[in-house]
Amino acid sequence: MAKPHRLIVVGGGLAGLMTTIKACEAGMEVDLFSIVPVKRSHSVCAQGGINGAVNTKGEGDSPWEHFDDTVYGGDFLANQPPAKKMCDAAPGIIYLMDRMGVPFTRTPEGLLDFRRFGGTKHHRTAFAGASTGQQLLYALDEQVRRFESMGKVRKFEWWEYLGFIKDGEGICRGITAQNIVTMEIKTFRASAVAIGTGGPGIVFGRSTNSLINTGYAAAITYMQGAKYANGEFIQVHPTAMPGEDKLRLMSESARGEGGRMWVYKDGKPWYFLEEMYPAYGNLVPRDVATRAIYKVVYDMGLGINGQPIVYLDVSHMPSGVIRQKLGAILDIYEKFMGDDPTKVPMKVFPAVHYSMGGLWVDYDQMTNVPGLFAVGEVDYSIHGANRLGANSLLSCIYAGMVAGPAMAKWSKGLGTHEDDVSPSVFDDASRIFSDKIESMKKMDGPENPYLLGQELGEWMTKNVTVIRYNDRLKETDQKLVEILDRWHRIGIKDRGGWANQTLHWTRQLYPMIQLARVMTIGALMRDESRGAHYKPDFPQRDDTKFLKTTIAEYKPGGAHGAPAISYDPVDVSLIKPRPRQYDVDKSAS
Amino acid sequence: MEKEKNRQQDKSGRMIEVHVKRQDTPDAPAKWEVFQIKWRANLNVIAVLQELQIHPVRADGHATTPPAWEAACLEEVCGTCTMIINGVPRQACAALVDKLEQPIRIEPLSKFPVMRDLMVDRQRMFDHLKHVKAWVGIDGTYELGPGPRYSNDLAQERYKLSECMTCGCCVEACPQYGPHAKFIGPQAVNQVQLFNTHPSGALNATERLEAVMGDGGVQDCGDAQNCVKVCPKKIPLTESIAKVSRATTVHAIKKIID
Repeated sequence: MAKPHRLIVVGGGLAGLMTTIKACEAGMEVDLFSIVPVKRSHSVCAQGGINGAVNTKGEGDSPWEHFDDTVYGGDFLANQPPAKKMCDAAPGIIYLMDRMGVPFTRTPEGLLDFRRFGGTKHHRTAFAGASTGQQLLYALDEQVRRFESMGKVRKFEWWEYLGFIKDGEGICRGITAQNIVTMEIKTFRASAVAIGTGGPGIVFGRSTNSLINTGYAAAITYMQGAKYANGEFIQVHPTAMPGEDKLRLMSESARGEGGRMWVYKDGKPWYFLEEMYPAYGNLVPRDVATRAIYKVVYDMGLGINGQPIVYLDVSHMPSGVIRQKLGAILDIYEKFMGDDPTKVPMKVFPAVHYSMGGLWVDYDQMTNVPGLFAVGEVDYSIHGANRLGANSLLSCIYAGMVAGPAMAKWSKGLGTHEDDVSPSVFDDASRIFSDKIESMKKMDGPENPYLLGQELGEWMTKNVTVIRYNDRLKETDQKLVEILDRWHRIGIKDRGGWANQTLHWTRQLYPMIQLARVMTIGALMRDESRGAHYKPDFPQRDDTKFLKTTIAEYKPGGAHGAPAISYDPVDVSLIKPRPRQYDVDKSAS
Repeated sequence: MEKEKNRQQDKSGRMIEVHVKRQDTPDAPAKWEVFQIKWRANLNVIAVLQELQIHPVRADGHATTPPAWEAACLEEVCGTCTMIINGVPRQACAALVDKLEQPIRIEPLSKFPVMRDLMVDRQRMFDHLKHVKAWVGIDGTYELGPGPRYSNDLAQERYKLSECMTCGCCVEACPQYGPHAKFIGPQAVNQVQLFNTHPSGALNATERLEAVMGDGGVQDCGDAQNCVKVCPKKIPLTESIAKVSRATTVHAIKKIID
């Protein structure tokens, strides 16, 4: 019998865990790496639910309708075949999660209940209270623990991926990783590697993302030669609570259950989304809602008390019902803001939330590096120019269902077993990182790594989010190059050889700045408006020039290297692109 | 003297005094360090620790290293940033400075090995999840149709139990739980209840019950009821313990009769 193959999965969120489960079912063994115990991954933050056209409300919903909403919501930038496959798989995925014991909210008959979300007219979102991501993650965590107890999975928690390792032929053969507590650096062999490390929210300083979502893994993978696609497409969620340390998400499900957004105009509540977009009202897609809030606050000066704040109001609804359906998020609001949202409207403002862009992958989730896969938010594949609410949990699980079997197939087709690859391949790879980290320990310049990170976040949030101007994008890129220079003048105050977090952060920061350049230059070069990417100087979508996937490749050279941008065609073979508008019904547009 | 210092800083803007328990490595001795930072509106303990990360300088003016701590979601759904704040185990993200008595005393959970400063290794709790088989034994992730039908009341009851973040507050407060005791603690017993009430999870109910019978099992609970008081998700842990305890008794009697 052939020697069994070992796979590596980096990241223990929904995508990484589902990849792991599918790989185990395909007879593989998996080494699972995560910077935190996997149960603490960022998937827990997803609140509202998971989409699947199960059509239980007599609305004539179908996977095709879900697919159409998804590509229309994404302003036709997504390759259509994988998006369609995901929507076709969605009802089965929801049933699977129910079989695993996810406590989905149910109907009086004991069936799964569904609620509405943005960008659709159908009740299509299954939910477990208002912490659906947490509940789905726990279910997959439990199944992976079961495989762990059978000896199929070895967990490497508190190990951070430093970069992938390729052999002389350019095939990915493993990873270098560091134990973030003991600081030990080691290489690990595998027949295939999947990266499922989530989004890059921390590049923007404060966002709705967890502190672990630095984007480092994606950024270093890009710097090692993987293509990064559609980096300029960053979703800014319309409703988050402003905070000192974090901008906490207030789920779209609040509006899905009947929540309304308003500000005062002429002394009276003005439900601006309902007036601007009569067909979809408060349930327009996120990019549309966010721009409307910017208009109301910045152009019209109607922010609450002159502040960048608008109201999200659920106080008109029966408190028993919303407690059951939205309890988790109402608790968060009350805990952090001190007001009871069932009595007073919530104060919210848009915040960076999700990256539609990510590592380029083919329809098997494989990057341009043979044997290296990417799954979940860190890949670019499904959401085009804007993601619909409750499609993220779905796309993470779906990516894992594709990647696990694809990695098994890839492994079986390999000529050489990972154990037979020359040790020098691994020694060389580990030395590069060890040397770099050793030299970082000696950094004694005047720059504070945390303040440098804050500065990065402020520039990116100000200029590379909701409204983009070419002159400011150019200025931002110059600033990013300056920040790269200043990175070399950081001083490391902590010389400790144990759980040295300053050193970890400083290592993460440099590739994060490089990734910020990918986003900024991608935005600069895309002279149109599409989905989350909006330029007042180019307000129309331009399908002739820009119905294209942006591809960034890192080119070393000069002081810091730079991204080279090219464009790939988008597969729109199933639905012909049409103008996207939400003031009228889809069928009428 | 201390009071005098505080009064002076009140004039130039309010200051917050924070005491942090430090420990460089798992084997190093612990010591306390005192910090003062400027008060701002809506500060939580995470924002305080972030401030110390940027400016790791003690109140006496001596430079130190930034305290090591763990955090992820910052909205009390991941359980990562659990520490003892003013004597109470809780998440640092949800601990608002204006609601805390000063000086604020921050220390690591005491029932787990300290890695550095506020960072502890809670692996033991995850091992206990393995021990009680905290999962539904599905046949595979293939398309096998819908799950079992059950009432929304049961779904809501299970949802409440399923919110457990394995954060460690309950075991920290439990007098029976500790590095030298065998008791698996409220969180693991609660998982037995969670899975034994699921229609397909119940098919393996006896395996789970047997995992919490005998030494270190549910009978080791001393009924101090501290766990429910500190659970950030208000999970009815003592109810779960009582129900599982009763089920193990019934199961034991059945075994004798059979």
